[in-house]
Amino acid sequence: MAHSFGVRKTRGDQIFDAAVGILSFLFLIVAAYPLYLVVIASISDPAAVSQGKVLYMPVGFSLRGYSYIFQNKDIWTGYANTILYTVCGTAGGTMVTLLAAYASSRTDLPGRGIFIRLALFTMFFNGGMIPTYLVMKSLNLTNTRLILILMGMFICYNMIIARTFFATNIPKELLEAAFIDGCGNIRFFFSIVMPLSKAIVAVIALYIGIQYWNGYFTALIYVTKREYFPLQLILREILVLGQTLAQGGEGMDVEAIVEMQKISEAIKYGVIIVSMLPVMMVYPFIQKYFVQGVMIGSVKG
Amino acid sequence: MEKSRPAASPRVRKTPHWVKLAVRNRALYLFLLPAVLYMAIFNYAPMFGIQIAFRDFTPARGVWGSPWVGLEYFEKFFTSYSFWTLLKNTLTLSIYQLLVCFPFPIVLALILNYCPSLKFKKITQTITYIPHFLSVVVLVGMLFIFFSPGTGIVNNVIRSLGGNTVDFLGNPDLFPHMFVWSAAWQNTGWASIIYVSALSGVSQEIHEAAIVDGAGKLQRIWNIDIPAILPTIITLLILNSGQIMSVGYEKVYLMQSAGNLSTSEIISTHVYKIGIQGAQYSYAAAIGLFNNIVNMVIIFAVNKLSDKLTGAGLW
Repeated sequence: MAHSFGVRKTRGDQIFDAAVGILSFLFLIVAAYPLYLVVIASISDPAAVSQGKVLYMPVGFSLRGYSYIFQNKDIWTGYANTILYTVCGTAGGTMVTLLAAYASSRTDLPGRGIFIRLALFTMFFNGGMIPTYLVMKSLNLTNTRLILILMGMFICYNMIIARTFFATNIPKELLEAAFIDGCGNIRFFFSIVMPLSKAIVAVIALYIGIQYWNGYFTALIYVTKREYFPLQLILREILVLGQTLAQGGEGMDVEAIVEMQKISEAIKYGVIIVSMLPVMMVYPFIQKYFVQGVMIGSVKG
Repeated sequence: MEKSRPAASPRVRKTPHWVKLAVRNRALYLFLLPAVLYMAIFNYAPMFGIQIAFRDFTPARGVWGSPWVGLEYFEKFFTSYSFWTLLKNTLTLSIYQLLVCFPFPIVLALILNYCPSLKFKKITQTITYIPHFLSVVVLVGMLFIFFSPGTGIVNNVIRSLGGNTVDFLGNPDLFPHMFVWSAAWQNTGWASIIYVSALSGVSQEIHEAAIVDGAGKLQRIWNIDIPAILPTIITLLILNSGQIMSVGYEKVYLMQSAGNLSTSEIISTHVYKIGIQGAQYSYAAAIGLFNNIVNMVIIFAVNKLSDKLTGAGLW
């Protein structure tokens, strides 16, 4: 219908279409170019990169940055640590969040209001950095791996999203039917609710997973032992504090250190790619949940 | 906000209805248990620790053994020469960030909504979401690489155009711009999702009717699309204003250098430095509490305001 009326474009609409094309292209370029630059610089000749020759295409293909990265013990340890913290934190956090969300979505649970209010209050007020630090210290959780796994597991906002999902997507009749068939709450949740809630499991796991993978401040505050450092703290040393990977190498001769300084820029590009790799690998699979996650989150709890 | 209690169930049995429900659903309390434990340790125990802001806390004496000092540490903060600078820096960054970062996602969503090619729209969406997933360390690292005075691409371009090297990262006057515009780069795509969804819900019939009436696309945006997403815009504006005192200190901390501290030191980073690094626990806790209280007041004020203006508070 619309087409039969709107065949002839007005002059204003022609300008509009051109403007839309140009602007969306601009948004695309502005978002993509810095990312693209990191990719091409990471595989270019380090000398060409520091001279500013790498702008559109890789120049003088080289993987020396990467080879240093793969030889570096700190990065490997950080990587393994981050995987450990992310896997444990996400699995535990998703479980804790979904269990609490489901229970508090049940209108036939006496006392749910108290729980929800307790949780909501944490969104508006918190003890703050110092009192939290002192509590963790008194529990002997500082300088442990455990705190990097536990901290941030349960975030009220995530629970509200999940609760909204359960409240609107799990019909009451289903529960009544299950009860009549002698199915208890635990089995109902695990064998009926969960399979119906794959989208929300994905969304919550995504939010928590990204938070664990990308976080550095918890580790900065609570952990000083190097062997517990997550990847992001190692990245901070390389990218922000500008430490080269050469430091501390006893057996290194002067030549090697000079060489190291030359390619330290290439290493920076490389570690960005390496740190983003797992996120980019799951990106295509989780993308379809983005809209859903944001939309459920926007419904007020 | 008061909720009416559910009407008492007819008295047919001796045990009240809610007790029966509680017994039948006892497994659900187990579901809540991990979350309750988490909140007890990580949220509520620290709240009891706030009292150290009013005591002269030393680890040796412990929280309960340290003497009360009343508002001494608050006074110390309010009269310290850094107080107004910290407050000004915090508010500058957050308000500037709100003003810059808020409109872009709306513009992007409107553009995508009129994008003639569906494929191009999808590609643009996919790419513009990616920066959201970069960690702050990587984002700040990229800023340092690209804007470095010596080898950074931006200064290379400036020099090749005949300009002088600009110290983007050490100059205190440029710090707010670097902070805010990098945030705009990182979050515009992700923040547009909600507007794209809201726009896709606009009835196609209204648009068709407008086309019949000879309305151009710009007129349709102004008279149909924007009014349709206005509730979403207002809600998000309120939510974002609630964040004013909690500007992303993790990123600020990484971007700080000796040169730019005069504009980059904010309340939260100050708390970290004097509390965690300097071990002045009571003083830092007092500053943190001040920040928290202001934040809470702003959130409630904004909610009240929105209640008045739009008839719908957020809770």
